[in-house]
Amino acid sequence: MKVGRKLWAIIFIKLFIMFAILKVFFFPDYLQTNFTNDEERAAHVFKNITRLSQNK
Amino acid sequence: MVEQIDLTQVNWARAQFALTAMYHWIFVPLTLGLSFLVAFFESIYVRTGNEEWKRLTKFWMTLFGINFAIGVATGIILEFQFGTNWSNYSWMVGDIFGAPLAVEGIFAFFLEATFFAVMFFGWNRVSKGFHLFSTWMVAFGSNLSALWILVANGWMQFPTGMKFNLDTARFEMQNFWEVLFSPVAISKFTHATSSGFLLASLFVVGISCWYLLNERHQTMAKRSIIVAAVFGLLSATYVIFTGDEAAYTVAQKQPMKLAAMEGLYVGQESAPLVAAGLINSAKLPGDNMDPFALEVKIPGLLSLLANRDPGSFVPGINDLVFGNQEQRVIGAAERIEKGKIALELLRTYKDARKSGDQAGAEAAQQAFAGYKDHLGYGYLNSPSEAVPPVGLTFYAFHIMVITGSIFPLVLLLILYFQIKGNLASHRWLLYLGILCVPLGYVSSQAGWVLAEVGRQPWAIYGLLPVTVANSNLTTGAVLTTFMIFLAIFTLLLVAEISIMAKQINIGPEEN
Repeated sequence: MKVGRKLWAIIFIKLFIMFAILKVFFFPDYLQTNFTNDEERAAHVFKNITRLSQNK
Repeated sequence: MVEQIDLTQVNWARAQFALTAMYHWIFVPLTLGLSFLVAFFESIYVRTGNEEWKRLTKFWMTLFGINFAIGVATGIILEFQFGTNWSNYSWMVGDIFGAPLAVEGIFAFFLEATFFAVMFFGWNRVSKGFHLFSTWMVAFGSNLSALWILVANGWMQFPTGMKFNLDTARFEMQNFWEVLFSPVAISKFTHATSSGFLLASLFVVGISCWYLLNERHQTMAKRSIIVAAVFGLLSATYVIFTGDEAAYTVAQKQPMKLAAMEGLYVGQESAPLVAAGLINSAKLPGDNMDPFALEVKIPGLLSLLANRDPGSFVPGINDLVFGNQEQRVIGAAERIEKGKIALELLRTYKDARKSGDQAGAEAAQQAFAGYKDHLGYGYLNSPSEAVPPVGLTFYAFHIMVITGSIFPLVLLLILYFQIKGNLASHRWLLYLGILCVPLGYVSSQAGWVLAEVGRQPWAIYGLLPVTVANSNLTTGAVLTTFMIFLAIFTLLLVAEISIMAKQINIGPEEN
């Protein structure tokens, strides 16, 4: 079935682009990458959400 | 840490999320509805033993497979974006979203994936009964997957069943059932899935109309029309009821969204529903300009829709921004003051914990409890920031409703003439049936634009604005990934349409 082969090809190429390229090079988990433990992550988020002024 | 919020970066991150979600939603509703239609077709085949029904089932199953294959995993990109672009939000809601998304992964996805393999590759390998069972399981599994995602979205619209942990800066789930059975989650699930059933019915009817116009595969087309039109009509009826319920829950839980979707600035009793209109884009909260350049109103209907009482008061944007003491509406201005106190108490609590002042920390925590519901407003600089984009919300709502009103009428006419046996001679109606396919997608997309744009400025309604939910990234980084997605999605959409069109052109014989 020709359409079946084409669809499998699209699925594999798409998953490769998503997980091997986009996720690895463009979508690092910000908190996982920049902080080593949950305490640091919580402190960072806390600092963000309690900052006094926002320049808009 | 970036100390100042870069609105351009936030807006590109929002645009990227919107692009991905809208693209994802091209595939999802068709999967939700077509899975059930294929199950209906196959049930008729198994019951009658008629090979024509098997051929018909396999044809629609192939189109279902194309849609599924090209759409599969597009939703995962949204999760990538949570971790990268929306890290504050992800951290804060991790405990709430973890449960429904895990349930989705474990039960729904595996249920769907396992039986999906049997459905596609099991013809002549398993018994007719087990194959049919698998097809039904794919339908239920797909819709069960949608349930958990919509529960998560429902929570963002109406956060419930949780408490805010001041030490971890996370919303923690207190009552799973309250989250699952929140009125917003239920109305979201029922309305979104039934709109998917309707869209899939329009898809089957539209393609069948095309076959009738071209005098090809007419028996298959007529049989498909009967089943899909009946399913579509039942779904459309359900969409109307669930839509009414969704509007009611919006009125009760997100009054600002309701006011924006109706362009209602000054609240009133016996509020009319604007059936159609042209928004005055220069209008601002509190000024004396007319909100509409042109409008058609139905007296009392908005009050009935919002409160089940045609004489009741419906708050407008001005009431929700500036407050209305007479009607006991707390305005954003007052909530901002309380929100700033909540933020100050958060800081006090943290400082007390840091310095080992246990009594001070406890006092701040207790005081915070009285202001926590206004937390998000503390981030707003002016009350008018609490207003979502009125024009886009208004038009999205009205496009959804107006196009949605056309579908049951067209389906009814098509079914009537099909039963009478002279549908093929009404070529205008066949063209209308085809036109309803793109209109169905427009309507479906408009529904999500309304839901998400109407929620602004919030990521979590009333608690966390998008400007605080995002990560500290540069605009360039977000813009780059936006452009990459735009290119990939465009390619995939072209692939979807061309493969689908080719398969429709080939028709059932070649499958």
